[in-house]
Amino acid sequence: MNITFSLNGKAVTAQSDTGLETLLDHLRLDHGLNGTKEGCNEGDCGACSVIVTGQDGVPRAMNACILMLPQIQGKAVRTVEGVSAPDGTLHPVQQAMVDHHGSQCGFCTPGFITTMAANHAGGITNHETALAGNLCRCTGYAPILRAAKAAEQMDVPVWIKDAGAGDVASTDGIFCPSNADELAGWYAANPDATLIAGGTDVGLWVTKQLRDLAPVAFLGHAKDLTGIQDQGDAWRIGAMATITEVMDLVKDVYPSLHTMLARYGSPQVRNAATIGGNIANGSPIGDGPPALIAAGATLHLRQGDARRDLALEDFFIEYGQQDRAPGEFVEAITLPKTARNLRCYKLSKRFDQDISAVCGCLSVDVANGIVTQARVAFGGMAGTPKRAPLAEAALMGQPWIAETVAQAAQAMAGDFTPLSDMRASADYRMATAQNMLTRFFADVTGQTTAIQGVNP
Amino acid sequence: MSVSTSGVTAKLPHDTAREHVTGHARYVDDIPAPAGSLHLCFGTSQVAAGKITGMDLTAVRRAPGVVDVLTAAELRFANDVSPSAHDEPLLADGTVQYVGQPVFLVVADSHLAARKAAQLGKVDIAPTTALLTIEDAMAADSRFEDGPRVYAKGDAAKALDQAPHRLTGRLDMGGQEHFYLEGQVAMALPGEGDMKVHSSSQHPTEIQHKVAEALGVPFHQVTVEVRRMGGGFGGKESQGNALAVACAVAAQRTGRPCKMRYDRDDDFMITGKRHDARVDYDVGFDDQGRVLGIDFTHYFRCGWAQDLSLPVADRAMLHADNAYDLPHAQITSHRLKTNTQSATAFRGFGGPQGMVGIERVMDHIAHHLNLDGAAVRERNYYVSGGRISDQKTPGTTPYGMAVTDFNLDDLSAKLLATSQYAKRRAAVADWNAKNDILKKGIAFSPVKFGISFTLTQLNQAGALVQIYSDGSILINHGGTEMGQGLFQKVAQVAATTLGVPRDVIRPSATATDKVPNTSATAASSGTDLNGMAVRDACLKLRARLCDHLGDPDAKFEDGVVTSKGRELSFADLATQAWAARVSLSATGFYATPDIAWDRIAGKGRPFFYFAYGASVSEVVIDTLTGENRTLRVDILHDCGSSLNAALDIGQIEGGYVQGAGWLTMEELVWDDAGRLRTHAPSTYKIPAASDAPDIFNVDLWDAPNPADTIYKSKAVGEPPFMHGISTFLALSDAVAACGPHYPDLQAPATCEEIWRAVQRAKG
Repeated sequence: MNITFSLNGKAVTAQSDTGLETLLDHLRLDHGLNGTKEGCNEGDCGACSVIVTGQDGVPRAMNACILMLPQIQGKAVRTVEGVSAPDGTLHPVQQAMVDHHGSQCGFCTPGFITTMAANHAGGITNHETALAGNLCRCTGYAPILRAAKAAEQMDVPVWIKDAGAGDVASTDGIFCPSNADELAGWYAANPDATLIAGGTDVGLWVTKQLRDLAPVAFLGHAKDLTGIQDQGDAWRIGAMATITEVMDLVKDVYPSLHTMLARYGSPQVRNAATIGGNIANGSPIGDGPPALIAAGATLHLRQGDARRDLALEDFFIEYGQQDRAPGEFVEAITLPKTARNLRCYKLSKRFDQDISAVCGCLSVDVANGIVTQARVAFGGMAGTPKRAPLAEAALMGQPWIAETVAQAAQAMAGDFTPLSDMRASADYRMATAQNMLTRFFADVTGQTTAIQGVNP
Repeated sequence: MSVSTSGVTAKLPHDTAREHVTGHARYVDDIPAPAGSLHLCFGTSQVAAGKITGMDLTAVRRAPGVVDVLTAAELRFANDVSPSAHDEPLLADGTVQYVGQPVFLVVADSHLAARKAAQLGKVDIAPTTALLTIEDAMAADSRFEDGPRVYAKGDAAKALDQAPHRLTGRLDMGGQEHFYLEGQVAMALPGEGDMKVHSSSQHPTEIQHKVAEALGVPFHQVTVEVRRMGGGFGGKESQGNALAVACAVAAQRTGRPCKMRYDRDDDFMITGKRHDARVDYDVGFDDQGRVLGIDFTHYFRCGWAQDLSLPVADRAMLHADNAYDLPHAQITSHRLKTNTQSATAFRGFGGPQGMVGIERVMDHIAHHLNLDGAAVRERNYYVSGGRISDQKTPGTTPYGMAVTDFNLDDLSAKLLATSQYAKRRAAVADWNAKNDILKKGIAFSPVKFGISFTLTQLNQAGALVQIYSDGSILINHGGTEMGQGLFQKVAQVAATTLGVPRDVIRPSATATDKVPNTSATAASSGTDLNGMAVRDACLKLRARLCDHLGDPDAKFEDGVVTSKGRELSFADLATQAWAARVSLSATGFYATPDIAWDRIAGKGRPFFYFAYGASVSEVVIDTLTGENRTLRVDILHDCGSSLNAALDIGQIEGGYVQGAGWLTMEELVWDDAGRLRTHAPSTYKIPAASDAPDIFNVDLWDAPNPADTIYKSKAVGEPPFMHGISTFLALSDAVAACGPHYPDLQAPATCEEIWRAVQRAKG
C-alpha cells in the first residue's frame, strides 16, 4: 500500500507492506530523520513525539513509535527537524529551551520540542499536564517548564503551520475502510482480523511482542465512526472519537471525569487513543469503562448489518472475554448527561501518565436525604471493569449519611477479590477502593479531599 | 588572571544546546551506519539460576535476515565483560545466574530481524536454587568478599550500653533503574586488524580494554569514541561493555560493521541498577538527641556479578555518618550475591543508601524525643571549618578522616531562614489540626558528600589541547559528556586559561587514541579532574607563546594578547608561533593530591574534600490512599566558586528530582521466580513534569572551595541527588501527624507504602 503524507511540509509517499511499519522506523531508517528518538518503543516516554495535523488543521503531538504508517495516510507530520525555519531560525520554544537550560543530555529534547511546538501553536499553557507524556531524566523539568512559559507570548511562526493533505482511504492491500458499512462487511468476512483504531495498545503487540497481526484493518478513515452527536440528555459518541475529544466534550457536565481523563495516558496517547478501542480492548484497568459504567452508558455493537445495544457493564464477561460475536465491533457509545454527582478517582503510582492500580467511579442520586440511585464501578479490582452490587445495595434506600457510606464500604469487601501485582497489593486495592466511597461522601458534601488543590 | 565573559563563571548553556533543540545532536544510533552493517540482539535466560543442558538455535539461524548466531563456544578469546572480577561472561558459559542473562547472540541484517530471531531460541536449563533476596543470600552466606567489611571508631557497644536513650530499627530501601533516555548502544567498525568502536559509555578506556581482550589484540588496536550519551547516571560506567564487546566480536567474525542497541525492555532486564539495601540500626543518644553511640549493619543486594559493588558498598559506609560527628560508631557491611541483575553504579554510588540510613536515625530520634528534626541534626554536626582553632579540633569520621572544611552550620542557618522553616513548621501543625483526610509534612536534611574516587589510582586525568595556526583551539580530555555540561565547563576553563573567547574553542569527542588510560567519568569528578588536566595543557601552551614573545608577563584576555605595550590578536600570535616552529599541541595531566585510603582497614583520607548542601521539603499526603504531592522544596547547595552557575543549578534541580523519585514512586518489583516485573516505563515510573515541586527554590552557597580545585569550584554531579531525602522525611513527618506511633516509613515511599505507614502511625 502506498502511504501519502506531508513530511516537514513536503509531500512524500511511503510503501507499507504489512501496515505495521512504525512511523518512527520510517523516519529514522528511510528518511534519515534521526532527530526523532526511540526511548521506550511503547509510547511511554515521548522521545519520539512528532506533530501530526489532520484534516481539522489542529497540530497534535503523537508518539511515532506506535503510530503505524496507514494511520498517517493523508496527514501532515512534522518532526523536530521541521520545527526550526528552513534558514535555521529557531522556533520560540527552541530558543527558550536554550535560554532556560532546558536540555542536558538532549535525548528527550526533540520530543519535548515537538510537543511544546504543538502546544504553542494550540495555545495550550497548562504545561505540567501538557508535557506529562515527555519524560526527562536529567533536568527535573523545572527549566523545561520555565522555557514553555517563556515562549507562551511569542507568535506562532508561519513555517510551522501544516494543513492535512486530505484524507485518503484505501483498500489497496491493507484494509482502511472509509465508513462503517465497509468495515462491517469486511469484518464479518474476516472475523479474525485485528482492528486498529488509535493503536496505542495494539502498537505494543507489534513493537514489544513482535506479533504478526495480519489481517489488519485501520479504522482512522471511517468518518462515520468518529462523530459525536448531542442528543440533549446524552451524547452518542462514535467509537473512533479520541480520548482528547471525549475529555473536551465532558468538561462542563462531568468535570471530575474530565480531570480523570487528563490523567489517561499522556496527551500523545489521548490524541491517538479512541473511546471505542478503550472499550473493545477489554482491559480490566482501562480508565474509560468504569466512568462510563458509573454514568450508565450504553454500548452500540454492530455485526454486518445487525446492530444491538447493551449496558456497558454487560459487555465485560471475564478477563479477556467480552460479549462480542466474531466480526462484531463497537460502533458507538451513548453517554447520558444525567448521572448525578459523578466522581472519578484514579489511583496510580505516578499522578500523570500511569496505569491505574484502582480506578473508582461513582454516581449517587439522593432525594430527600435518601439514596435513590447508586452506580459504583471500578477498574483494577477484578478481571474486568465491574460494578459493586453489594456496595450499591447497601447505599440504595438508605439515608445519605456517613454511617451508610461506612456500611457500603464494608459490603464492598464481598464485591471484589482483587489481585496483587507490581502496581498494588490486593489488600491495598480493597482498602483504597473502600476509601473511595469515604472520599466520595466527603467530596460531595463539600470537604477538601484532593491533594491537588493544596498550597504550601 | 582576568575572567572573560565567556570563561569560567559565565552562565553559558550546554555546549550543544542548539544541536539538542534542533535534533542535530548525534547519538550512537544516529551515526550513519555504512552499507552492509549488521545488527545484534541477545537471546536471554528466562530462568534465574540453573545449568544449561542444551540449546537448539536452529530456528534462530533460519529466521529471516539472520547472518550469524554465537554462543560462548564461538568466542575465541576472553568471554568476559566484567569491570572488576572477571565474573561476567558476555554469553552464559554452562550456567545462568539471572533472568535476563545473555545466552546467545544473534547477528542479523536489521535490528528488528535480530530481535525477532532472538525470540526463537530454545535453551534448556535445569534450574537450581535461586537466591533472590537479601535474606536468601544471608541464609546461604552468598556474598562477595570473604566476610562483611567493618569500619569502626571508638567503642560503639559500650556507648550504646551507657546511653540514656536507645532505639533500634530497620529500613529497607529499593533499588533504582537509571532510565537514561538513550538506551545502551554501541557500534563497531572493523579496520585493518584494528577496531573502531562508538559506544554510549562513561568509560571508553574500559570499553577499549574489554574489546581488546575479547579480540585477542593489544589495547592500541582498539579505538573507542564517545561524543555524547543520552544520559548515564552511572548506568553507562560498566553496563555498556557487553554491547561493545558483542559488536566487536561479531564485526571481527563477519568483517562487517555491527551495531547493537537494547530495546528498552531488554535494557531493564539485562542491565544493573542501583543496589537495593537494608540498613539496621541501634543508636544510643542523650536527652537533646545527641548520638552517643551507633551500630549500623548494611546489607547490599549486589546481584549475580561483583561489578562495582565493593566500592559502592564502601561508599555507603563512608556516608553512614553524613554530616554528623558520631563519637562511637561501628558499620558492618554485607555485599550479597543474588540471582538478579548485577547492581551497579548509580549517581551517589552507595552514598545515598548510607546517608538515608543516618537520616532515618535522626528522624527516629527526633520523633522519640518530640524534638524538631532540624535542631537534632544541627546538634550532631561536625565542628565547622571556620571554628576550628586551638580550642576546637576538627571532628573525625568513622574512617578516621578529619573534617576540616565543614560549613553546614552556616549553610543550614541560612537555608532555614530563607525557607522560613520554623514558621512553616508551625503552619503545617496548624493545618494538620484542621484537616482529617489530608496531612502535611515538612522536613530538613543536610548533605555532606565525599569527593574523589575511593580507588585512589583513578584520581587522574589527561588532556590534549591543540592550537591551530588560525588561532582556533581543539580540546580533548578523558571525560565524557552525558548531559552534565562537562564539555562546556572544561571549555570555559580553557577559555579563561588561554584568555580567548569561548567560541574559538571546540571540545571534541572523547577518544582513546587522543587521551589514553582515562578513568570513568564518574564520582562527580569529571570537571575536577579533566578541568585541571586541560588547564595544565593550556598553561604549557601559554608558556610557549610567552617564550615566543620573549615576555613572561604577556597578558591573554578575550582573544587579545598584550605584550611589551603592543596588542595582537590570539589568532595572529598563533600564526606567528607556527611560523616560528613553536609546538602548539600539548598534553596536560592531573593527579589529585593528598589522598590515601586503606579500604580493608577502613582508615585514611579517601576524599580530597567534601561537597555540602541542605534542603527543606514540604509535602501533603492523602491518608485514604497514600497519594501525595511535593508542595515546596528549597535547596541551598555548595558548588564552591561555581564555574557555571546555570549548569550547576541544572545538576541540582535534576539531581533532586531523581533522588526524590528513587525514594517515592520508583519501585522495582521482582516476582518469586526472579523475573523483574517492572521492565518498561509503563510499569516503572520515573517522575514526570507534574512531580517537580510546585515551588522549587534552588540557590548556590557561593564560597571558594578551601581545597585547591579547578578555580576553587566543587564537584556537583552526585551530591544534589541526596536532597531527595528531605522529601522522604517530609512524607514521614506527614504520616507522623496521623497518630502517636513512629511511621517506620520504608523506601520507596509509594502511595501504598505511605498508606501502610499511616496505619502503623495510627496503631
